[in-house]
Amino acid sequence: MFSLQPRSAASPLWSWASPLLALALTALISGAIFAFMGRPPVLTVTTFLISPLLATGGLEALAVKAAPLIMMGVGLSLAYRANVWNIGTEGQFILGAIAAGTTALLLPDAPGTVLFPLLIVMGVVGGAGYALIVAWLRTRFNANEILTSLMLAYIAQYLLVFLVTGPLRDPDGFGFPQTALFADAASGPRLIEGSNLHLGIVLAPLVALVAWIVLGRTTLGFQLRVLGQAPRAAKFAGFSEDRLVWTAMAISGGLAGLAGMFEVTGTQGQLSTNISPGYGFTAIIVGFLGRLSPAGVVPAGLLLALTYLGGDAAQINLGLSNAITGIFQGILLFCLLGSDVLILHKLTWRRRAKVAAT
Amino acid sequence: MQRRSFGRLAGAAAALGAMPAAVRQASAAEPLKVGFVYLGPVGDFGWTFQHDTARKEAVAKFGDAIKTTYVESVPEGPDSEKVMADLANSGHRLIFTTSFGYMNYTLKVAQRFPKVFFEHATGYKRAANVSTYNIRFYQARYVQGVIAGKLSKTGVAGYVGSLPVPEVVQGMNAFLLGMQSINPKARLKFIMVNSWYDPPKEGDAAKALIDQGCDIITQHTDSPAPLQAAAGRGIKGFGQSTDMVKFAETAQLTASVDLWGPYYIRRIADVMAGTWKSTDTWGGFDSGLLGMSPFTNMPADVAALATATMADIKSGKNKVFVGPLVDQAGASKLAAGAVMDDGALSGMQWLVKGIEGKLS
Repeated sequence: MFSLQPRSAASPLWSWASPLLALALTALISGAIFAFMGRPPVLTVTTFLISPLLATGGLEALAVKAAPLIMMGVGLSLAYRANVWNIGTEGQFILGAIAAGTTALLLPDAPGTVLFPLLIVMGVVGGAGYALIVAWLRTRFNANEILTSLMLAYIAQYLLVFLVTGPLRDPDGFGFPQTALFADAASGPRLIEGSNLHLGIVLAPLVALVAWIVLGRTTLGFQLRVLGQAPRAAKFAGFSEDRLVWTAMAISGGLAGLAGMFEVTGTQGQLSTNISPGYGFTAIIVGFLGRLSPAGVVPAGLLLALTYLGGDAAQINLGLSNAITGIFQGILLFCLLGSDVLILHKLTWRRRAKVAAT
Repeated sequence: MQRRSFGRLAGAAAALGAMPAAVRQASAAEPLKVGFVYLGPVGDFGWTFQHDTARKEAVAKFGDAIKTTYVESVPEGPDSEKVMADLANSGHRLIFTTSFGYMNYTLKVAQRFPKVFFEHATGYKRAANVSTYNIRFYQARYVQGVIAGKLSKTGVAGYVGSLPVPEVVQGMNAFLLGMQSINPKARLKFIMVNSWYDPPKEGDAAKALIDQGCDIITQHTDSPAPLQAAAGRGIKGFGQSTDMVKFAETAQLTASVDLWGPYYIRRIADVMAGTWKSTDTWGGFDSGLLGMSPFTNMPADVAALATATMADIKSGKNKVFVGPLVDQAGASKLAAGAVMDDGALSGMQWLVKGIEGKLS
């Protein structure tokens, strides 16, 4: 008979093995589902998880999708470590995109060397500024940031719709809800000419590296971790909770804004009503899958990006429904939460009296 | 922008006649792979459902000579570019991209795959391997307006709009022109919900319009919610894209029905025969791309008038946008007796007198 025994301390082994176990379980369960649907399970799972990587341009597409997820996941891992539950990265992503996009539209003739750095600054300022509303509401009124940041995400979406159907709409666009295309100078340098590989793809892992150093090796990182694990201890140590909330929101919001800026300038070239396929919310999964560690967020971001691509591949190659992406992400989260039990508990085999042996 | 008329569809009959030979030829070799990029899930009704119905018609027509693939719920962003490239890379030689927002991405991918033929629905940018195609939805709107003119007691109709794009503007104008052909004092109120599919907002918009005195509702959005809202208040409405009568048996008067099948079959045949060319197609009742579901919940004389109006538009006797046309401010937009050309029509951004509210 199996039983779960509490551990005396969290298991460092399982905190890293749990995501891998979850991934293996997800492959098994989804394979079983495919088998029930009358599909070859192994072929289907490999089509979903491996074929996108082998396809022409597959790695490029993976990088383009993973970059915003990693940037936002890194910011969230810092904030969540400090018990600052920023759920509204989607909104901060959009505000970063709006700030950068509006600047690009207002300065169509600026040279790229000036314009592009300015757009980066505007993206960060837009995202961080929007996140600081949440910080202010929490520190001034003690308003729960989970609610306020989530609600502000919807406001951001409506603001975007208002702008692209109103003041920012392309006057030559026949009333369609999108702005004019940005000038070429706004799209920034490319890793490979003609590809979608924008600067953000290089920056995303760098951001993760810097955040890893900040969290592990600096006083700020220490303060954030203490605030998350032992708020009272943080208070006794004289850390200002308010200042840390402002900092955590500014960092996670700023990185979300940066991701939004790169998304609209690097891959879309204009603002429209749908600039994000839910990156901000997916980044929350990325953060947790990456163990709220900037180093873990990188593989987690790549994996979640892969599930988006796998959904397309399964549709094109196997004729499966688009719902497969959501199902796969859902099973993955479910298995991860289940596997996380092993971090604080261990599974033991306990002999019982023969009464139960039937 | 010069829209080519659909008179060429007469030629489609010839193409269909020539088809069996082409089919035999093709089935001897590899089947032609045809890709479809859809905006929404296929579902049971609406825009994407109609495109998928047409895809199935093409499959039924060509059998093993073609192999179709569709990708649904593709956002109108960079993701669509990747999906199109994936389709091209996996051997699809003809790709239909079925929403306006795919326009720039279609052109971008088409440039990278010059040997693949692309067909972009409702757009206005073309290339050597990119055609555009669309339906003259406004023709059915005019017929709806005639029915509304007969049935409305308050003389005020409500229009649940999506976005103020030319297609929707044409629809609103055509609806009111049809209504005013019966009741010159008729007026139209509208609400834009800034989405093509958002059932709660669509339903709320319909209710708000009813509260403002509209006693007939039409919609340019994809869900049956406005029709159901109308049914809930005991008034009548019109279905969109698909016959929606099963959602509102006592309320739907008729529905405009998108019939992309003839076009898809013709273009696939063109690729098989090696005669595919970049074209711009804008078809109405006469081309078989636009239909109306049965006229229900109305007196026989109204149904007869609607049928006659439809026949007049189909034969070209009624051109719908015929002068004199006057905009909201009273300025003349088209002289008496003149017919609006397709260029002016496809960029339409003004409202006829009698429509209340501003475009943006």
